[in-house]
Amino acid sequence: MRRVPVRRKPTTREASRRESTGLRTGRAARTGQYLALLAYLVFLAFPFVWLISTAFKPARELGSLHPTWIPEHPTLDNFRQAFDEQPLLQAAGNSLVAAVSAALIAVVIATPMAYAMARHRGRLATAATGWVVVSQAFPFVLVIIPLFLILKNLHLINTLWGLILVYVVWSLPFALWMLAGYVRAVPAELEEAAAVDGAGRVRTLVSVVAPLLAPGIVATALFAFITAWNEFFFALVLLKTPEKQTLPVVLTHFLGAEGVADLGPLAAAAFLATLPSLVLFAFIQRRITGGMTAGAVKH
Amino acid sequence: MRATVRRAAAAVAVLALLLTGCSGGDDGRDADGTIRLRFQSLAWQKESVDANKQLVKEWNVAHPDVQVEYVQGSWDSVHDQLLTSFEGGEAPDIIHDASDDLADFAYGGYLADLRPLLPERLKADIPEQSWRTTTFGEGVHGVPFLQEPRVLIANTKLLKASGARIPTPERPWSWEEFRQVTKELTGKGRYGIAWPLKEPVSVTLNLGLSGGGQLFHRDGEGKALLRFEPGDGVVAGTIHDQVNTDNSAARSALGMGGSDALPGFFGGKYAMLPLGFSYRQQIIQQAPEGFEWTVLPMPAGAGGAVQGVSPQTLSVAQESPYKKEAVAFIDFLLRPANMVRLARGDWMLPTGTEALADPSLRGTRNGWAVGTALAEGLRPAPAQSVRGYPEWKDKVATPAYQEFYSGAIDTGELSKRLVEDGSRVLARYQR
Repeated sequence: MRRVPVRRKPTTREASRRESTGLRTGRAARTGQYLALLAYLVFLAFPFVWLISTAFKPARELGSLHPTWIPEHPTLDNFRQAFDEQPLLQAAGNSLVAAVSAALIAVVIATPMAYAMARHRGRLATAATGWVVVSQAFPFVLVIIPLFLILKNLHLINTLWGLILVYVVWSLPFALWMLAGYVRAVPAELEEAAAVDGAGRVRTLVSVVAPLLAPGIVATALFAFITAWNEFFFALVLLKTPEKQTLPVVLTHFLGAEGVADLGPLAAAAFLATLPSLVLFAFIQRRITGGMTAGAVKH
Repeated sequence: MRATVRRAAAAVAVLALLLTGCSGGDDGRDADGTIRLRFQSLAWQKESVDANKQLVKEWNVAHPDVQVEYVQGSWDSVHDQLLTSFEGGEAPDIIHDASDDLADFAYGGYLADLRPLLPERLKADIPEQSWRTTTFGEGVHGVPFLQEPRVLIANTKLLKASGARIPTPERPWSWEEFRQVTKELTGKGRYGIAWPLKEPVSVTLNLGLSGGGQLFHRDGEGKALLRFEPGDGVVAGTIHDQVNTDNSAARSALGMGGSDALPGFFGGKYAMLPLGFSYRQQIIQQAPEGFEWTVLPMPAGAGGAVQGVSPQTLSVAQESPYKKEAVAFIDFLLRPANMVRLARGDWMLPTGTEALADPSLRGTRNGWAVGTALAEGLRPAPAQSVRGYPEWKDKVATPAYQEFYSGAIDTGELSKRLVEDGSRVLARYQR
């Protein structure tokens, strides 16, 4: 008869040894994770910290062979020069109008469309989703000439509205794709309950789905805002007069041929250009995090 | 439901037709008859922007019936921006660009042929070799007005300490002498030279003229041909040997732009830097207190003290209804005194002979005199009018030169790639 091995209960010493090894392993793994995270954060922060440092350095420190993190003789001259040479405030105002408008319009359009895409499964919805993904692969230069001609016929060249229209169209596919994911995370049972209570499609969307989608809508709006805020090529091509130009276009005025740059003022202006995005993130990051995890648990 | 979809589709189609049908009829003239011209400038340094704006202002005061609007352009993406504007019929009337960017626009029919419009004074003032930089086919499609030679910026103390002969525009170093001097300037923790060759092709081809190289030739029918002759290997070979044999040139600088190499120059890591003439402004701004530097001519070889340049240009859009007025404005902008103002603003050399003679551009301070003395030897960049050159440059020549300078391939392989692979590229454009 074959003897069945009996699992022996570990002694207290063995258990404690095992536990301590496990703890050690866990602690080592966690330390490794934290170190990796720290390295990643440093990697992400480096350009921004360097930008700030450069913005406050006088010209002579910019040419130093041994650059320092903290400027030895910090100065505001770069900011003064940047404001003196280029209409930064006006450009920031234009960028703000374009980016906020584009974000709002994109969200208003994308929300019902995303709902339709997420809830109505069928060949059309599948094709639409596929098209949305494919459309993201088009390079700007491919679409800019037909787009330019259409806007010209609409008399929207050199207008912020023309630019906003382009930004909305450009950010819609990704906004749709993003929002559709959030819609799928909203339990369909809630809508069925609303229907039982007599709510129609629109009422269900506005009163039941939209509030639950709020974090997703905010995240999508933020995405559209940042896309529009940073966009350069469309703004360069579509806006002709200096008073209409947006911040990314004005920033390139600090660049010469073959990549020569007026580094100090460029860094100062670029630092100012990143502030709105940072402030916006600071205010709504909790909502975004909430939104991103909203669909994580299956109901 | 289907009916709704059909109705919506029909509405969209009608709207699209309406939109594409209602194009504007703006002829650039106000109700009172005032002509309005748009001048897109790529000036970017403060002094240069100020000079341009001031000149526009002066023109507008003197010409109430032809008003010019200054539009700030950007060197970044200027080609795509102009192409879109031309295709969309919204190009500026007066266009600032560089001559090596004009070929596609000129051959594409977007730029006006200026020959019948240019005043005699301007034609005579700018030398023939400069006009060749903007001549494409039969037409002249731009006015070259600013140019910059490549010069050697040297650390004065190190150069004097080395005991090397100081070259002058009249008696520049030969390429062999230059190689010897860079060896002598090399010491512990210091290289005789750093070649910032982020864009290796234009530097090599432009300086290659001085070594007797040309690379691009024309056959009897005017077709561009590639031939790698001994002269084509002089400059490229010198750089290769400095990096890989003598260790007198910093290998790490090969991937840098000119600005990136400046800190090493100021810190004494490199004794000399070959840079565009306009870099002097950055050096003045960034050099540490007490740092002494000087401007030297680039070496010369069998080809003489010559080098290729792609001047900055002013063109007129073919679609502009007021070409005569646009050229009149260009003529005003490029009067000798005004050309001097523009040149000083950009720290470059004017193409006009009268402006070039201006005493303010001939002082020894900051190397102006060396630059103006080099002007006579400036020639059109070897390949700028060759169709297909941008593709050859990006796909064939840039990687080939990069590998050659880093020591990965030898001269035989370099010439094979430049000529054999390059000819296949050019053939597509010259059928």
